[in-house]
This record gives sequence, structure tokens and C-alpha cells, in this order.
Amino acid sequence: MLKINALKASVEEASILKGLSLTINPGEVHAIMGPNGSGKSTLASVLAGREEYEIEGGSVDFDGADLLDMDATERARAGLFLAFQYPVEIPGVSNINFIRAAVNGKREHEGLEPIKGKAFLDMVKEKAQLVELDGRLRNRSVNEGFSGGEKKRNEIFQMAMLEPKLAILDETDSGLDIDALRIVSDGVNAMRSPERSFLVITHYQRLLDYIVPDFVHVLVDGRIVRSGGKELALELEDKGYDWIKEDIVA
Amino acid sequence: MAYDGKDKVLEEVTGKSYEFGFTTEIESDKAPAGLSEDIIRLISAKKEEPEWLLQWRLEAFAMWQTMQEPNWPHLNYEKPDYQAISYYAAPKQKKQLNSMDEVDPELRRTMDKLGISLEEQKRLSGVAVDFVMDSVSVATSFKDKLAELGIIFCSMSQAVKEHPELVRKHLGTVVPTRDNFFSALNSAVFTDGSFCYIPKGVRCPMELSTYFRINESGTGQFERTLVVADEGSYVSYLEGCTAPQRDENQLHAAVVELVALDEAEIKYSTVQNWYPGDENGKGGVYNFVTKRGICHRRSKISWTQVETGSAVTWKYPSCILKGDHSVGEFYSVAVTNNAQQADTGTKMIHLGKNTHSTIVSKGISAGNSHNSYRGLVQIMPSAANARNFSQCDSLLMTDTSGAHTFPYVEVKNPTAQVEHEATTSKIGEDQIFYCLQRGIDAEQAISLIVNGYAKEVLNQLPMEFAVEAQKLLSISLEGSVG
Repeated sequence: MLKINALKASVEEASILKGLSLTINPGEVHAIMGPNGSGKSTLASVLAGREEYEIEGGSVDFDGADLLDMDATERARAGLFLAFQYPVEIPGVSNINFIRAAVNGKREHEGLEPIKGKAFLDMVKEKAQLVELDGRLRNRSVNEGFSGGEKKRNEIFQMAMLEPKLAILDETDSGLDIDALRIVSDGVNAMRSPERSFLVITHYQRLLDYIVPDFVHVLVDGRIVRSGGKELALELEDKGYDWIKEDIVA
Repeated sequence: MAYDGKDKVLEEVTGKSYEFGFTTEIESDKAPAGLSEDIIRLISAKKEEPEWLLQWRLEAFAMWQTMQEPNWPHLNYEKPDYQAISYYAAPKQKKQLNSMDEVDPELRRTMDKLGISLEEQKRLSGVAVDFVMDSVSVATSFKDKLAELGIIFCSMSQAVKEHPELVRKHLGTVVPTRDNFFSALNSAVFTDGSFCYIPKGVRCPMELSTYFRINESGTGQFERTLVVADEGSYVSYLEGCTAPQRDENQLHAAVVELVALDEAEIKYSTVQNWYPGDENGKGGVYNFVTKRGICHRRSKISWTQVETGSAVTWKYPSCILKGDHSVGEFYSVAVTNNAQQADTGTKMIHLGKNTHSTIVSKGISAGNSHNSYRGLVQIMPSAANARNFSQCDSLLMTDTSGAHTFPYVEVKNPTAQVEHEATTSKIGEDQIFYCLQRGIDAEQAISLIVNGYAKEVLNQLPMEFAVEAQKLLSISLEGSVG
């Protein structure tokens, strides 16, 4: 599904990713943990195609295509979804019109006609239930005046609508209380399937109690320094990141 | 930072031609260039006008000759040579027309290209249309149906002939001849326009619409619109404008006067898409328009405008809130791109007690353009408990465009409540990226964001117009983010 090989990236001449390699197979859930400034969010942005980041080396293969050769829109239409750490507000644009434009963009890419009104509304109804997104939030402007939890639920709702092949969750747990965390995680778990992969970026082990990963990787200073199963997350929670850093030095 | 995709679109758009830039090969009856008493006499004679109107024009001309073109707007353009313009151009028609079928086929094709095939309009939208080309009204649809209700909707020339008492009573009462340089010029040379009268207590059942088009080269368009809503009546009036693409600058100096008598309501909506000139600022329409309405007791005038065209726009649709409890509203979206310049806004003059006014202005500047909001809120000593709310937002699409706000507030009554809010923002890269990440392309992303920004104003437009306006906004701004 995703094969990252020795990826190097910088922003404003500061090198952030320093040769990162990672392979994600269909159906797998990978978690990336790491201290502040290790490059977690940069990885998400680079994969999604944000242009402030300069790619300085390496390659990324996404479902058989050269990801780095595609622009952000093409990546999204090919099935890459990023749940933002800070979802953006777009005043005056209703959530429902926004997601319809997104769904139709993907359909256009697949050579399909724009979705019909009834089919679209049925789909909205079904997917909104996954994250308990009520009608009020569907009709409001995109993320405008949403609470932190509502914004994150809206991200997962959009993910459900777009049915991506690979979903990257960038610190989706930040700013969530326990109830919202459970709702969001249930939504994600409901979408797990043998064809769909997830890359879950988080600071805390807590999220991984709800979304149980197949693999956990530790990112330090732009490189994956350790990989393991879900128990690695528990070990990190116990010992902190300093333990790994010391380990590397030693 | 720039997305590659957007740069590509930008190139396409700067190369993209103005969709309405065609000319129509219609034989035209055109006066020689220049302005003099003789020309004014010629116009008046051609239109078979009564003596009082000729005298009114001549007085306006005498006054205009003593006036100076205003220098105060935040605009930079070469002043037109008023002696190089032809002040009368009419599509030549051999005889009086009895039905739409007799209209010149070329002219019919022009209307079709503009998407205002009259039959279609009749069937689909129920909008009554008056079509003004090169200053002369060509066709007015739906007249009979309106006549049953006592509504008069016709060209200004016809109104002068058939309803001289109404025209004489109201013409120049809201925008006096001497008001400004352009209103004096218009009063001297106006050749046509639309006239509308809604009788007491009648609610006009359909949108009334005028479509303006400048076709001939070397002509100016000087139309005059007068809308009178008698006591307790209601009318919604729409105005659309296009012009052919020409290298020279064309002058449009119109006057619109609205009279809302006691408890009447007039809603006046404009979608202005005059040719804006090319990407280097060559050609385009100079749009110097005076629009003003007077509100009598408990009446309401609401101006809504979507301004996307013209090389230079100078326009301040205003309300004189004379009657107690009267209401004035101004909703505006002004888009400038490339080398366009707009200096637009409103004046709300509060004279009556408990008068309310609302101003919502949304400016969008792209390319190297400059977009200014200029507004005056004046609360006179007689206007006890007057209220105004103003909101002026500016959105910048590029680093090379400019947004300017000149709000003037004059309060001469201590009971007044005046609120003013203003914001300026640059279109958010984060917002665009968020759209791109959802699989929405750059062009559509900008269109979504801009339409969202302007929504408050677009919502004021009648439905069929709102759709057109949304499309126009997208076209005007395609690929304009840098």
C-alpha cells in the first residue's frame, strides 16, 4: 500500500526527515510515536503533499504509483486521506456542500458521474451515525464554531465519506476528552478492513488503547529508531522517550 | 508560496477571453462624436421629446460645463475625452415593432448569446425583461401582464411619451442634475433606460429586469432608470450588464433613482459584468454611476450589488432615509482582478426618526488590482434614535493587490447608535490545502472559499440571479491566488 524509502525532507532549509523508511501493507494499522519535534507531523504533511516542504531524497510508492510525483488533489483522489491535527474553518461553506465537492472530485477521478442527491443524502446519514455527527453540524459552515471534539468527529466523518485506501490520523486524540476519544476511535475501528490501511500519529499511548495498532514505530530526529508490536507503546508510556534516546546513543 | 496547479490556472485565466466580448453586426444610427447644444437638440428630437425635457437637458449641459471631474476617488485612470464620444447610437430599426418576432434577427442572436432569450425568460423564470443596447431600449417583455395590475414597466423614452406627468414629477428629484459631474452629464445626454411604476398597495408578482449592453464602438452608455414604488407597494428589480471586448475604454455614466413612498419596499439588485479590460489594463469600461433612493415613512430600500467587471468602477448606491422608521440596506461584493480598480460603497443619510441602515461590504482583490470601500453614514440632527450597522471585509488574493477602506461617519444626534466592523484578510493557504487534501482542485477550492466569504451578500439576491453571480465570482477569480 505505502512504501517509504529513505525519505528526506526539509522546511525553510531545516532538515526534518532524515532518511525515513516505512512499509505499510493493506489492512495494517501502524502507529508512529515520538517526542515533540521528531518530525511526526512533517511526515503527515509531506505524504499529503503540502508544498512548503522540500523533498531532498528518497521515494514513496503509493499503491503502485509514485506519490511524490502527484499533487495534493491527485493524492487525495487516489485514496490518501489526512485527518488534520487542527481542522481548518471555512466560513460560509456548508459542511455538506464541502463534502459533496470532495466526493464528486473523487468520483470524477474514477470516471463516475457526480453523485445523485438522494444517494448522497443516504450516504451522509449512514456515515454521520458512525461518529454521532448530528444534522446541525452537517449544515453548519465547515468547522466554524465547532468544539475541538466536534472538529475531530467531522474529520472522521469526512474520512468515512471518502473511503480512502490509506488514512493518516495526525494527533487525532489531541484536545479530546474521554467520551469524544471513544466516539472517534469507534468510528475509526468501524472502518478497519483488509483493504484499508491506517497510519496513526500520536503523542500518547492512550489512543492506542482504543485503536489497537499492528505495529508501533518510534520516530526520533527524523528517523524511525525502533519498531515493534503494540507492547512497544506501553513500554514507551512506562519509560518515556529518553530511554530510547539513550539507547540510540549507547 | 504558490501551488504549481494554481500558477497554471493563472496563465490560463490571463489568457482567457471575456466571455461576453462579442460584438453584434447591427446597423446603427449613430450621432457624430462630440457634445454640444446641437447634439443635445438632436438627441431630444430623435426621441420626439417634449420641450420641458429638452430645456431640462440644456440646463444640465450648461451646468456640466462648469463642473470638474472628481479627483477624490482612489482611482488612477486617463480622463475620457468627452468630445471624442458619440452620445447617441441606436440599433437601426425600420418600423415600430408589434411583437418580439419582428425584432432584428442579429439582435435576437445577441440576446440569445447573453442567455436572455426572451421567450425562454418568459417561460422559465417569469422575469420581465427590458433590454437596453447602446442606450436605447429594444424590447420589453411581459408588459401586458404587468399592465393588468397597473404596473408600468417600459423604456424611459416610452415613459416620457406615455406617462409624462409621472416622469416629470420624479425625474431628478433623488439625484439632482447638479449632484455631480457624471449625473449632470447623464442628465444632458441620457438616451434611454428603464422606467417602472408600481401603484399603491400592489406587490409586483415577478422580478423586473433590465439588461444593459454597450455594443457600438466609440459610444458611451448613459441610461437613466427611475423606479417609483407608490404607497404600500413592493418591487424587486434586477439589472445585468455586459459589453464587447474592445481595446478602447468605453464610458458608462448612468443614473438610477428610486422613490419609495410611504410603506413601500424596493429591492434593487445588480450583477455588473462590464468588460474589465485585458490583463495589462488595456480597454475596459469606465463605470461612473450615480444610484440613489429616497425612503419615505416606513419604507425600505435595499441595494444588492455584485461588481465583477469594469476597468474602473465609481459607484455608491445610497439611501436618503427621509421618512420616520424607514430602512436602508446595502449589500455589496466587489471583485477586482488584474489591473481593475474599484472605488465603491454607499451613503446612508438619516433624516427621519428611528431610521435604520445596514451596510455589508465584501471586497475581493486579486492580481494587481485595487479595491476601495468608501462609505458615509450621516445622522442628521432630526434623526432621533437612528441606527446603523456597517461591516466592511476585505479579502486579498495576492501580495500585489490592495484593499482600502474609507468609512466616514457623521453623527449630529446624540441618540444615534452606529457600529462599524472591518476586517482584512489574505485568502488562507491552510483553507486551500484543506480543500486540496479532500480531493477538491485548486480552482474549485478558491471558488468555494470566496463564495463562502461572500455568502451573506449573495443570499440577498433573488435565486436565479444568485446562481449567475456565484458563477461570475468563480470566473472572475479563476487561478487568481499567488
